[in-house]
Amino acid sequence: MPNLVEIRDLHFKYGEFPILSGLRMDFPRGKVVAVMGGSGSGKTTILRLIGGQIRPQTGSVSVDGQAVHTLETKALYALRRKMGMLFQHGALFTDLTVFENVAFPLREHTDLPEELIHDLVLMKLHAVGLRNAAQLKPAEVSGGMARRVALARAIALDPELIMYDEPFAGLDPISKGVTANLIRILNDALGSTSILVSHDVAESLMIADYVYFLSQGKIVAEGTPAEIQESSDPFVKQFVHAEADGPVPFHYPGKSLAEDLGLENRP
Amino acid sequence: MMLDLLAGLGRPIRTFAENVGFATLTLFELLGASAKLWRRPRLVIEQIHFIGNYSLLIIAVSGLFVGMVLGLQGYYTLNKYGSEQALGLLVALSLTRELGPVVTALLFAGRAGTSLTAEIGLMKAGEQLSAMEMMAVNPVERVLAPRFWAGVIAMPALASIFSAVGVLGGYLIGVQLIGVDEGAFWSQMQAGVDIWQDIANGAIKSVVFGIAVTFVALYQGYRAQATPEDVARATTRTVVISSLSVWWLDFMLTALMFNK
Repeated sequence: MPNLVEIRDLHFKYGEFPILSGLRMDFPRGKVVAVMGGSGSGKTTILRLIGGQIRPQTGSVSVDGQAVHTLETKALYALRRKMGMLFQHGALFTDLTVFENVAFPLREHTDLPEELIHDLVLMKLHAVGLRNAAQLKPAEVSGGMARRVALARAIALDPELIMYDEPFAGLDPISKGVTANLIRILNDALGSTSILVSHDVAESLMIADYVYFLSQGKIVAEGTPAEIQESSDPFVKQFVHAEADGPVPFHYPGKSLAEDLGLENRP
Repeated sequence: MMLDLLAGLGRPIRTFAENVGFATLTLFELLGASAKLWRRPRLVIEQIHFIGNYSLLIIAVSGLFVGMVLGLQGYYTLNKYGSEQALGLLVALSLTRELGPVVTALLFAGRAGTSLTAEIGLMKAGEQLSAMEMMAVNPVERVLAPRFWAGVIAMPALASIFSAVGVLGGYLIGVQLIGVDEGAFWSQMQAGVDIWQDIANGAIKSVVFGIAVTFVALYQGYRAQATPEDVARATTRTVVISSLSVWWLDFMLTALMFNK
């Protein structure tokens, strides 16, 4: 099966509010696929659907041939062992050291001896450049470092699928570049598949093999980074070139300024 | 208009029923997940240290002062009837049957309960519980269950310490300060306090309070919205709900235990 993750005719609503409508997406094995779009476009919801934290109203999400939304808790947890996820703010356990954070999945899911866990954790931390920060607490490291610790934790069990939720948000340019390179290098070294949810254009297009553009819960464009950069789609152009106005309006929809100021009936 | 009124009346009832339903499901899930803790007792021991040890000082100091006040008040009252020899018995029975379990539970709700709610609520707000779920680790099993059993185990231990220190407080005031006969103080206590009727029933009360207070605290944190305002509200709800639960349970248990 060439695709590790497949999404077909996916619809998802929070209450009466539609978030995703009629999505069809493929995430081929071994590739880095970026899902891009503005805030509130439903990008993170896709990751939560793939991880089985929420279920779609209609349509299907399958990972490694298994329909995630139909799985019972035990089977879902077994499937999640093949996944790693990097949360937007790292979601590190604040009461544990950097070392213990990375060791957490190993301790929970394996019976490895302590010496081996020690060596594995140091290797993972070495891969993200933080071996010497092993004994620090999450509060003692910077935002970019915390993101790298979370990345080391996400790859602790060598997952087949790694999901990144806004990995570049709030990082300085150097940390952004470091994180982007790490995502690409780790994906290739581990032979995993990566799903990168982001609105950072430069970094995402630099490392992705394929890109989906999402707007108001629908795919409005897709293609290789080169195709996306050449795209004439108004939304993609506005997004890629950071234009203030376009298909995504500057003003939140609602009454006009004249109406709000009571000027609409003035001569 | 009429429909709005009916909806306004029905909404809180529906919310209450939903909460009771979720709480019951969470409790069953928590109890179901507890079996696996036998293989990892370290998780519970760590939490007993955190919950129990950090509550120890406030419990001991409160126990001392409650015992001292009981010694004073008891002496004033008993002295009117020439029965100050029974001061030890009065202090011990008051503490083991009622004040030990109840005051400990109330202090526990304020000290450990709020801390549990805030901890779980902030873990949720920081996506730590979601991260656990995505690592195929059940947060109810890994986070809630060890804290629940730690609270249930710590509460009777803390209540015993409260009562023991309280008796010492009563002794300090009654015997050392006022001059009640030391032999009478201890011998009346020894003769009048029954290990099953008084001490065991007090211990049962504190276990029940431990279950109620710890579960309320964990549930409020677990159900809190991931915002600072709701975590703050959940912390307040923990104190209010667990305190009212303790009073209600105390009345019910006292009626059942001491009805002869």
